[in-house]
Amino acid sequence: MKSVIYIIVGSFLGVILYKSEAASWFRIYEMFQFDSFHMYGIIGSALAVGIVLVQWIKRSKVKSFFGEPIHIQDKERSFTRYIIGGTLFGLGWALAGACPGPMYILAGAGYWPIFIVLVGAVLGTFVYGILRDKLPH
Amino acid sequence: MLYQPWPWYVAGPLIALVMAVLILMGKRFGMSSNLETFCSIGGAGKFTDYFKVDLKSRRWNLLVVFGSVIGGFLGAHLLSPNPAVNISDATVKKLQDLGFESAGTSYLPTELFSVEALTKPSVWIILLVAGFLVGFGTRYAGGCTSGHAISGLSNLQRPSLIAVIGFFIGGLIMVHIIFPLIFGA
Repeated sequence: MKSVIYIIVGSFLGVILYKSEAASWFRIYEMFQFDSFHMYGIIGSALAVGIVLVQWIKRSKVKSFFGEPIHIQDKERSFTRYIIGGTLFGLGWALAGACPGPMYILAGAGYWPIFIVLVGAVLGTFVYGILRDKLPH
Repeated sequence: MLYQPWPWYVAGPLIALVMAVLILMGKRFGMSSNLETFCSIGGAGKFTDYFKVDLKSRRWNLLVVFGSVIGGFLGAHLLSPNPAVNISDATVKKLQDLGFESAGTSYLPTELFSVEALTKPSVWIILLVAGFLVGFGTRYAGGCTSGHAISGLSNLQRPSLIAVIGFFIGGLIMVHIIFPLIFGA
């Protein structure tokens, strides 16, 4: 049953990102050109609602749907890894026009060349795993 | 209405809702950790302990990925009679100057994402390098758009703000400095 819910949540996310064009390479380019409010509107309104929901979940100490306590992990404190990793990610995001979520969505939409991007992404993840101990974090 | 492109004020709150549902299921909203899971499934644990994970604990997120593939199929094939993305005229003009004739007429640029484009070795390199940067960068930064820009910032995490600033530094460098070098020539 839980499995079905995860699949439904994923499908819902896929439809939202496809239909709002957040999965479109063109929208990502347009965002980095500051030519439209569209992407900023999506991220901004997601954040506005997200902050309220997360603060509510934290303060009300609401239990999960399955009765377990909810623990939202804080991100590990650092500067180096976030700024370097973030910048590398941004370079790829703008060139591929897709972050990981939209990659899967575009695969489902039938844009076959996205599989090359996905292979690159898995390769990049693998190389990070290998070099991890040698990189500044 | 359903068949038109969805406006930002519909999409944004719904994305936040997806995040909240996952948190309320005791999980989190993060798409890039699945890339690690793919490495683990492929046997990357033989090379470094980083990929030695309990695959069962990652199963739920793979199901979300599977769902998003279905969602992409539904969005593209059932809900979008017209795939053209209505980007601004200024963007269309800039892209045409870079050689992207498909700007404003398709969902993705056919110059990069069509089967015909794959006859060019340069397109393979561009797509592979783009993916590599996304994969390497997101694991280095410990999250992508979903994990940092949406989940992390919603939880008011300073590390996520630093990461998102990095996303923009990288994106702006790519679009304004590197694009004219690779596409403009």
